Amino acid sequence: MLKEGQVRIPSGCAIAAVIDTTGERFSGETIIRSIALMHDRSNGLGGGFAAYGIYPEHADSYAFHVFFDSEEARQQCEAFLFDHFNVDVSEPIPTKKVPSITDAPDIRRYFAKPNKVRMREAGLDEAEYTARCVIRINAEFEGAFVFSSGKNMGAFKAVGYPEDVGEFYMLDRYKAYLWTAHGRFPTNTPGWWGGAHPFTLLDWSIVHNGEISSYDANRRYIEQFGYKCNLQTDTEVITYLFDHLCRHHGLDLDVAADILAAPEWDEIDEMSPDQRAYFTALRTVYGSALVNGPFSVILGSNRGLLAINDRLKLRSLTAATKGNRAYFASEESAIRVVCPDPERVWAVSGSDPVFIPLHLSKED
Amino acid sequence: MMRYFQPEFHIVRDPARCIHCGCCVRQCANECHYFDEDGKTVLCRDESCVSCQRCVCLCPTGALRIEKFKSDYRESAVWTQQVQKEICRQASTGGTLLSAMGNPKPYPIYWDHMLLNASQVTNPSIDPLREPMEIRTFLGRKPDRLSFTKDKKLLTEMPPQIKLETPILFSAMSFGSISLNAHRALSAAAKELGTLFNTGEGGLHPDLHDMGQYAVVQVASGRFGVHKDYLNNSAFIEIKIGQGAKPGIGGHLPGEKVNVEVSNARMIPVGSDAISPAPHHDIYSIEDLRQLIWSLKEVTEGKKPVCVKIAAVHNCAAIVSGVARAGADIIAIDGFRGGTGAAPTRIRDNVGIPIELALASADQRLRDEGIRSRVSLLAAGPTRNAADVVKAIALGADAVYIASAALIAIGCHMCQTCNTGRCNWGIATQREDLTRRLNPEIAKERLVNLVTAWNHEIKEMLGGMGINSLDSLRGNRLMLRGIGLTEKELSVLGIRHAGE
Amino acid sequence: MKKVIAKENLCLNCRLCEVYCKTAHSKSKDPLRAYLNEPELQSRITVCGDNQKSVAVQCRHCDNPKCVEACITGAMQKDPVTGVVTCDAEKCIGCMTCLAVCPFGCIKIGETAVKCDLCQGEEEPACVKNCPNRALVYLEMGGKADA
Repeated sequence: MLKEGQVRIPSGCAIAAVIDTTGERFSGETIIRSIALMHDRSNGLGGGFAAYGIYPEHADSYAFHVFFDSEEARQQCEAFLFDHFNVDVSEPIPTKKVPSITDAPDIRRYFAKPNKVRMREAGLDEAEYTARCVIRINAEFEGAFVFSSGKNMGAFKAVGYPEDVGEFYMLDRYKAYLWTAHGRFPTNTPGWWGGAHPFTLLDWSIVHNGEISSYDANRRYIEQFGYKCNLQTDTEVITYLFDHLCRHHGLDLDVAADILAAPEWDEIDEMSPDQRAYFTALRTVYGSALVNGPFSVILGSNRGLLAINDRLKLRSLTAATKGNRAYFASEESAIRVVCPDPERVWAVSGSDPVFIPLHLSKED
Repeated sequence: MMRYFQPEFHIVRDPARCIHCGCCVRQCANECHYFDEDGKTVLCRDESCVSCQRCVCLCPTGALRIEKFKSDYRESAVWTQQVQKEICRQASTGGTLLSAMGNPKPYPIYWDHMLLNASQVTNPSIDPLREPMEIRTFLGRKPDRLSFTKDKKLLTEMPPQIKLETPILFSAMSFGSISLNAHRALSAAAKELGTLFNTGEGGLHPDLHDMGQYAVVQVASGRFGVHKDYLNNSAFIEIKIGQGAKPGIGGHLPGEKVNVEVSNARMIPVGSDAISPAPHHDIYSIEDLRQLIWSLKEVTEGKKPVCVKIAAVHNCAAIVSGVARAGADIIAIDGFRGGTGAAPTRIRDNVGIPIELALASADQRLRDEGIRSRVSLLAAGPTRNAADVVKAIALGADAVYIASAALIAIGCHMCQTCNTGRCNWGIATQREDLTRRLNPEIAKERLVNLVTAWNHEIKEMLGGMGINSLDSLRGNRLMLRGIGLTEKELSVLGIRHAGE
Repeated sequence: MKKVIAKENLCLNCRLCEVYCKTAHSKSKDPLRAYLNEPELQSRITVCGDNQKSVAVQCRHCDNPKCVEACITGAMQKDPVTGVVTCDAEKCIGCMTCLAVCPFGCIKIGETAVKCDLCQGEEEPACVKNCPNRALVYLEMGGKADA
């Protein structure tokens, strides 16, 4: 049977997220409880979390989380990493035994800074250099998969139910200001750790529920710019779209959201001239980045949290706020289980992305 | 003189049904039907019948039928009747064989070897009757990126974009090769449909001056009808390098078709042959093409996108890339089954490659070079129905050109003898008694109906795939699967086989 | 009133209007049977000219029809409501005075006078309905219905 990356596998899902807009950090226990409530939306073939603000002591280093299938894969990949980066820390990611999670690969993390000589030779900035190295490892190093590569953030994922994955990685011991979570229901896969969500690149992380019908149009667009969609998953291509639009084209996150979940022409035709010009330009130039088909997506980043829904609102996504915290989940009950009395609750609308910016003070 | 070959067709008149009204006699420009000496009894002869079906369609009692003329030769897979007839015809005339419309040979039609996807369970299909289904299409060079001010005002200067309400445009057919009434119909239909027609290389007739905004104005090697006002009175400009039906060959409109009207539109003397040379004699290289592109942009003050149309030939992917870098905003690729008003038979039947393969490789090449969004790709030659259009767009086309299908909608029966100028349907002729047969109002309605019907079907197929905007189908090759194709064909098309 | 307008720039000289006129005025309403069994049938519309220039001619249903004025039996009448000029075959004695006075030559000779009745009772006359090129159109032309 073909595994993820060799074949495109559609899947359904549960997603959840919590952010504290002041940057106050809190343990993973909250997000685990939230995603656990939606147990039936996943089938045990993938669960994962992204956490922002967990590595303040290594805030200037890229934190690479890597799966290795074999000792040989690890040696080859480490040779590349040590050659291209100055690695401060190399260690296994702590885990504990959980009966339902088996066949774990070798899971390690590295805190590293780009090798400046090589970076200058390549004529790239730090982010581009790092992104290219990550894409190269994932495309070319058999048996090695970098599943997290941001600064002061990390993804944790596995084949299993999300609450078990949280226990496996002991996420109650980490503190983050932004958590996202995912429970997966793939329709046809042997289950592969790398295929679980969130998918990440640099500081971007995506959890996603849906199956995008524009996949190959999006993939073939983004692959023009040096990305390689090895996993053939929606999350991967959506992550790359955000990375490309925001990092390479310098667009704001909300503009990128307007590209991925653009309003319909019928609506645009009725807008004020300025707005019409704005959306017409976006749709004309970035039509291939329009994401089509049912989806709800939560994008985590160091700028804050963005939630978007498909234009026809074919997938559920509820938002709520209370105090400094904002909550998102596929089902409202998954919010109320961790925040019983929210101040405001609403369904994210198809053409209206929700962006919760982070208001970190300078010192952070 | 003895004829060495049999007629192509046999006219069957059912005596029990013929009421001798004489409609067929008056309608056949090939004079296949005629009255007996009594002036009342209708007779017919087969020699010049081209099976245009005009008499069959108009006969009020259904008394007529056209058959293949059957006189069986001794069987040979090598020396078929067709091969022998062509030899005999050449032995009689000493000339190049001429024919019209597209390549009729049974080469593979890849459209028919590709199947479309539909959503089941994991992704809902969308009902186009309930939900908006967008097929609006923009043609023109797209900037690599956009930038905005903080309050979302556009800072990037946008190159001119052509807004179409359907991904279907009418392809190049010149006034001269087709009648003014046909041009009237095409232009009026384009206006109503929110799309464009194409002047071919025949210029724009003064009567259609107001339709310029719906016209793609062609600049071909003969430069007929080209002047500053013509170029500026357009939606966009198309430099015609080649045509799918006759790559590497120029055009020849015989002097007898150059009447006063044609001569005015083309700016040539009445009765003179209109010869389009094989190459543009000011384009012997890609850098020359660049100069022409930029001089056309200069004369239109950069307001008109410039398209370059090439025939699908063996290395067209590389050519397309070069043309994109030379500054073209739109590139049209015309496949070897594309139509024509006249082409040497040998060229029509043997030169060029199928549009499906050319389009797939050109789109991939542009993506490999990261310049796909710099140009819009138009596929032509031919798309026969809405499914072909959807497949072309999934392979990577921005829109398609249709010509043969448009002509069929208004009466053409593909008799492949446009070159004779005796089109009984009033399309490919300048004879006044014949052009009158094409009522532009009826023809316009039929063209509008055709494209409207295809639009509905495109939306239906999009909805089935769970897509509600054509943008998301463009280049979306996962929506295609090959059926009955070799590994090599699949790899050129960039698609997987059904079941994979 | 509505009248049939012939557009000569669109007329094909196919003369199908004649065929369908005869059929419409036949007993069987079937072209084959009309032509085979009713040889005396006449078309009330006539295409004049040849392929180079042709036009269909039929009764203009004049505001002040000469034929009605000239009819000695009262067979030729202009309907005061519809404005259609018809010949009542029961009353017509075939004197053909109408034919002599018609300025358009639109009355045919048979046992009685035969002329266009705009296919009364039909939404559109048969010639208009069946013209393959819309060279015949049925248009409101104003004018007097009341003679």
